[in-house]
Amino acid sequence: MLKINAMRWRHFYLDRLVQIFVYLAVFLVCAVFLWILIDLLRGGFAHISWGFLIESPRDAGRAGGIGSILVSTVLILLVALAAALPLAWTAAALLAEYVSTTSKLGIVVHYSLQVLAGVPSIVFGLFGNAFFSIYLGLGFSILSGGLTLACMLLPILVSTAEAGLRAVPDSYRSAAAALGMSRAAALFHLLLPIAAPTLAAGLLLGIGRAVAETAALLFTSGYADRMPGSLLDSGRALALHIFDLSMNVPGGDAPAYASALVLVAMLLCINIFAMKLVQDWQRRRTILE
Amino acid sequence: MIWSKRNILFPLKLTDSLLHGILRAGAVISALVMLLISLFLIVESWPVLGQISPVRFFTDLSWHPLEGAYQLMPMLAGTLYASVGALLLAIPLGIASALFIAYYASPRLAKWYKRLIELLAGIPSVVFGFWGLTTLVPLINQLHPPGASLLAAILVLTLMILPTITLTAYSALMAVPIEFLRNAAALGLSRWGMIHGVAFPAARAGIVAGIILAMGRAIGETMAVLMVAGNVVQYPDGLFDPIRTLASNIALEMAYAMGDHRAALFISGLLLMVMVMMLSGMAGWLERSRHA
Amino acid sequence: MSMSDSKKFLLICITFFVLGFGGLTCANAASGRLVLTGSSTVAPLVGEMARRFETMNPGVRIDVQTGGTSRGINDTRNGTADIGMVSRALKPDETDLHAFTIALDGISIILHANNPVTALSKQQIIDIYTGKITNWKSVGGADARITVVNKAEGRSTLELFLHYLELKNSQIRPHAIIGDNPQGIKTVAGNPNAIGYVSIGAAEYEAERGAPIKLLPLDGVDATIANVRNGTFPLSRPLNLITSREPQGLARHFIEFARSLQTHDLVEAQYFVPVEVN
Repeated sequence: MLKINAMRWRHFYLDRLVQIFVYLAVFLVCAVFLWILIDLLRGGFAHISWGFLIESPRDAGRAGGIGSILVSTVLILLVALAAALPLAWTAAALLAEYVSTTSKLGIVVHYSLQVLAGVPSIVFGLFGNAFFSIYLGLGFSILSGGLTLACMLLPILVSTAEAGLRAVPDSYRSAAAALGMSRAAALFHLLLPIAAPTLAAGLLLGIGRAVAETAALLFTSGYADRMPGSLLDSGRALALHIFDLSMNVPGGDAPAYASALVLVAMLLCINIFAMKLVQDWQRRRTILE
Repeated sequence: MIWSKRNILFPLKLTDSLLHGILRAGAVISALVMLLISLFLIVESWPVLGQISPVRFFTDLSWHPLEGAYQLMPMLAGTLYASVGALLLAIPLGIASALFIAYYASPRLAKWYKRLIELLAGIPSVVFGFWGLTTLVPLINQLHPPGASLLAAILVLTLMILPTITLTAYSALMAVPIEFLRNAAALGLSRWGMIHGVAFPAARAGIVAGIILAMGRAIGETMAVLMVAGNVVQYPDGLFDPIRTLASNIALEMAYAMGDHRAALFISGLLLMVMVMMLSGMAGWLERSRHA
Repeated sequence: MSMSDSKKFLLICITFFVLGFGGLTCANAASGRLVLTGSSTVAPLVGEMARRFETMNPGVRIDVQTGGTSRGINDTRNGTADIGMVSRALKPDETDLHAFTIALDGISIILHANNPVTALSKQQIIDIYTGKITNWKSVGGADARITVVNKAEGRSTLELFLHYLELKNSQIRPHAIIGDNPQGIKTVAGNPNAIGYVSIGAAEYEAERGAPIKLLPLDGVDATIANVRNGTFPLSRPLNLITSREPQGLARHFIEFARSLQTHDLVEAQYFVPVEVN
């Protein structure tokens, strides 16, 4: 019989113990995730119907649907993107192509975007309320909410776009210079199209973040649950609707579950789409190289 | 690199400098946004600093703005208790999940579990708060009333920061050079020995950076905590007491705050921002020192 | 990559720009617009009135938002809202505002419907809210801890309740703090051992819709709208619309509509008492 070293037994047990702990932790996480999903499905699935998605809410949301809410959400999103995308992509193009990371402008822009990324969403709400709603006089409106969201989206959009542009190999830029293209031409005709999937994936990530946002919209786009007539009207985003139904409306749990399901489904679609785009880009990149 | 100034695609001589100008403008505006935010927060908080000495935020009797009392400490304590409690739960679970994806699971299982974590990361905070309100709070209420409590806030926050910790720990672990791990295997180390002795020390900076980022997220979280924490301004005596965090305080009272009260809320917003800025600065510094 | 791809990309960017600018210059569609903010007690009633007003005057848009009586006063003063909603009489330091009463309401203590307690004296209520009584069995109920629900600051329901009990907010020991009336009702309906106080109109409205709550009598007087109407209920209050100046145009039109006989059925449907305006 072999003499078994005491320390080897301890290593063996410790290894097994850690393995059990890891498996338990993963099991716990999966279990909770399934619990939440099943609760959402059980509570809301019966309430979802085509009418639910089209009609406006009645009786504080207990009856009717979320049609006007979805419209408001999309409008807020469009305003946020229209404001954030030009700024973000120009900043990313500048950082990736024209400015070295050690130059003053580069450091300042990088640092301020990093800080911006960490600011809590409620602070954005405070700022949006003070600046867009009161100082600029936009009041409670979709415009005000969208612009506040745009500020929140800037860091994500810039960092993903910059990463995408930086990932294009330098050999492309050399080839463009060798062909006699100007920088503008190289950017528009060569680099942006190649980086387009990453930019699009970053865009979808930003959309996912924007749709999930609540705190920043509480005091900027308001609570009105009717179909907005213009961008200056108040509109309620889907996440806010879930918040209001669950906190303030007795008997509002079923539509809240249903709205939560719709929201999670939307985010799931966006995520899957973004993942496909990134996979596509990675595959194309390995083919090209 | 020498770029041609004139070519067939964009014949205008101006194009390059025009583009450069536009790009610079966009970047500068993006950088200005942060400045604008800090400026507005300071401007809006200034009035109260003139009338109330900052010490009062820590020494007043309680938070009753309509009676002129602006003691922030209970809410600060509530914020910290909830965040630290969530971190205590989320760090082991998150790192274990990352270890599972990186070393313990088969490739297919790892892929699916990673997708599950990414989905969890994408779920909005209102949905977590809603689930907490309808499922967790009644459960805790049966254990020990009132249900909406520090414990509920901790559990919901754990769910929210777990994916962050998992994903950053995973990318830190993946960045460990594979020769290290092969060397460990060649030396006959057990799996835990390899993790404990080789992977963790190499990935430590990344993992800690992820934890710090998660803490920043927990401190700033508003909606989910607002829905499940009970919102009573007090130092909690135990896990089952209700608390109010700084972020949810702003959300609750902003709607009707006027004058000094409003400025006090902006100050608590500034405080939050400064705390999170320091945390993300630390995380960024750690990240950079890892690459160095 | 062909040229048409990058052209497409440019087209998308331009579309975003156009959408952005187009939206910014989009004119307001409605021919008239009113913004009302304030008390969560008044908001459902005014919301119904607003809907009826809109159907009678197409092209008008009325936005109603809650936030509490203090917010109504605040927003009216600084112009954010055209009309404010407050659920109490104006205070002596608010003489710069004009108030128009549209209904009467009361404040009632609510318990869960399954709670065996049927009445509480004023002293018992004070003791429960200041934390001296912590278990239902001390007042004749089950052996369970009381969950005290209080309203957030800035709500006139809180102010009137404190005034009636002769307490200050710092003396209250709550276990949960809620904002709007329906939130309070939802909290009590979800917890068999909770006690809270909300507007009678809101409570009766929700109870009618199946919320498991019951209203407790105050000082021996039942908490019903009939008792508010005949003045015997101790905690009654007027529901007011306020403006910062003499109301003009659309605001005046709406306020007159709100106080007219045309809306009495709406007032009673929300379980408030309509007021006669001569």
